Amino acid sequence: MKLNGAQILVNSLKSEGVSHVFGYPGGAVLHIYDALNACEDIKHILVRHEQGATHGADGYARASGKCGVTLVTSGPGITNAVTGIATAHMDSIPMVIISGQVPSPLIGMDAFQEVDAVGITRSCVKHNFLIRDISEIAITIKKAFHIATTGRPGPVLIDIPKDITIAKMEVEEYPKTIEMRSYKSTIKASDHQIKKAAEMLANSKRPILYAGGGCIIGNSSKELREFTHMTGFPITQTLMGLGAYPMTDNQSLGMLGMHGTYEANMAMHGSDCVVAIGSRFDDRITGNLEKFCPTAKFIHIDIDPSQISKNVIADIPIVGQTKQVLQALIDQMKDKKLADISNWWSQIEEWRKVDSLAYKKSPGVIKPQTVIETLYEVTKGKAIVTSDVGQHQMWAAQYYLFDEPRQWINSGGLGTMGFGLPAAMGAKLAMPDRDVACVTGDGSIQMMLQELSTMLQYSTPVKIINLNNGYLGMVRQWQEFFYEKRYAMSYMEALPDFVKLAESYGHMGIRVEKEEDLKPALIEAFNQKEHTVFLDIVTDPSENVFPMIPAGGGHSDMLLAGRDEMVSKDETDFNAV
Amino acid sequence: MRHIISVILENEAGALSRVAGLFSARGFNIESLTVAATTDSTLSRMTIVSVGDDGIIEQIVKQLDKLIDVVKVVDLTATEHIERELLLAKISITSDTQVDVEAKLDQFNAKIIDAAEEVYIVELAGKSQKIKDFLSAFNAEQIIEVSRTGVTGVTGVCHKI
Repeated sequence: MKLNGAQILVNSLKSEGVSHVFGYPGGAVLHIYDALNACEDIKHILVRHEQGATHGADGYARASGKCGVTLVTSGPGITNAVTGIATAHMDSIPMVIISGQVPSPLIGMDAFQEVDAVGITRSCVKHNFLIRDISEIAITIKKAFHIATTGRPGPVLIDIPKDITIAKMEVEEYPKTIEMRSYKSTIKASDHQIKKAAEMLANSKRPILYAGGGCIIGNSSKELREFTHMTGFPITQTLMGLGAYPMTDNQSLGMLGMHGTYEANMAMHGSDCVVAIGSRFDDRITGNLEKFCPTAKFIHIDIDPSQISKNVIADIPIVGQTKQVLQALIDQMKDKKLADISNWWSQIEEWRKVDSLAYKKSPGVIKPQTVIETLYEVTKGKAIVTSDVGQHQMWAAQYYLFDEPRQWINSGGLGTMGFGLPAAMGAKLAMPDRDVACVTGDGSIQMMLQELSTMLQYSTPVKIINLNNGYLGMVRQWQEFFYEKRYAMSYMEALPDFVKLAESYGHMGIRVEKEEDLKPALIEAFNQKEHTVFLDIVTDPSENVFPMIPAGGGHSDMLLAGRDEMVSKDETDFNAV
Repeated sequence: MRHIISVILENEAGALSRVAGLFSARGFNIESLTVAATTDSTLSRMTIVSVGDDGIIEQIVKQLDKLIDVVKVVDLTATEHIERELLLAKISITSDTQVDVEAKLDQFNAKIIDAAEEVYIVELAGKSQKIKDFLSAFNAEQIIEVSRTGVTGVTGVCHKI
């Protein structure tokens, strides 16, 4: 039987078990849409902007652990998608993006809606392909899914010229397996290194585990919990790792880094042995590298060898999957006698007493921290929470105590405003039985508002928690601290009436201006099982995110709410971002 | 320090731009880059000369290895190896300088591959330093045109990539 390229492509997606495709049609992908229309097994989500398609597929992937799939047309279709692709790339999210291309004979002729998609996306994908012949379609899709989902996952783009989607060929069976001589995804960690690490850990008097997004992507939460309980070591988690270990557990010190807790950062600073598990010593974690963990040896576990000794030289590097390495460490350390760390814990408890997340309420204004705490209470800590980027993101990370992996979905690496809403939509499609909340701000939400329309079309009832302070809050915070309160372009004049806006898209809107109305409004919103509810919550415009390590500082240079004056530092600080 | 890195990669359209893009995106330095197909026509071999401290070179090797098209990466400078570069140069001659030029060509073992009344086209293979020394043996006016291939290299007789 002969099929055309578009049909082969759609059948290949079906063979990969794809259930949802987030996309937007256009000239170069019309044949593919025609074939997709005839396929009952794949649900297409028609977004309102291609960036929404990539974020939607991304949220879907993060919530479910499956590969997200995006379909866009050539030219502006793919350029609009680039921000979402880069977002997924920075956070190692498995995604396959299929972009239409102008017909092969027109490539390079500046044809209508032509861009060099492979060239534009090269630096923000794990890999990309330009299909040159119909016979390459099935094998390329097989390779794309294999590359996107194995090793350190990431987005893979397939650019396919229109003429190839209408050419016909005799169908072959979809390949079951794939061998690539240049790509090996299975790395077995060295037993020798694991033994050395176990030895170092057993003798450590001030150990700390520092778990990152690799624990969530690598589905190693169970092993991480077992290892942490078994050793009794304190554990801190990165913004991307929250939920890999329950934040309500006593061994958890909360998040570390620029806006991490006092106890987490001080424990890093005082540790003699830091175990980085699926984390990459990002600049938001380390602060000033010269002041970072001055007395620690580093054990670094990561699946990607290029992360080892990139920012911080590892004393014991272990390249492998977090799941397998942690299991091997559990086996190694089960019968080992560990050094007494009770003094270390006493010290940590002292740091904990500082209560670095405490904040003062003031009458007449709603504190953003209170909103997150109330959200936590109303959802009993069980909701999937997505966020945009800025102050609200940090408050959500600090005050919603995530106990499960894949519960917290945010753009940690690229820091993409606009991510939260479409990601919430994707997460709700992946997990229809879960409550999904999008914590956002009046700046971020306006970057992807149009997806409210998609959310009505596909009935994805998420709860939008808009911390409306009238400012681009994080920008304002930095301007207050480092630019002598010159608030250049960080004030949002002429905000829309978000309640009417939500209603015009067919959703519910609730405005909250008083703290006593907050909890009832949240309860009401989550009771509306069938509706997306936009909660526009007026919060204190002057509130800042604390603790904070100012740029150029180390972990022991934290500034605490109400206790430290923020002052402009010397000029070198301005070079840090 | 200067390193010579050998890369075996899939002989596919776009593979070169992935490597070049990696160097520019991460701010790595390229002194020279040569590439051609190997005896297996599905593979290319690329030789890159870069300068950096050990940490940077380690990152370059790891980042190259991470590229999906790359089959193998070897830092030749870490082992016994042979490196060569080819120079093609046009050198002007006059009746006054001809003897002197020819003496220098002999001294460096350079070969005249074409000649006209006032110009020789010469070929010289050797380490980069030898090529530099050869070029500096002439006055700037004597050298009309220069084209260098950049370094290529292989591991020593006892090693295999």
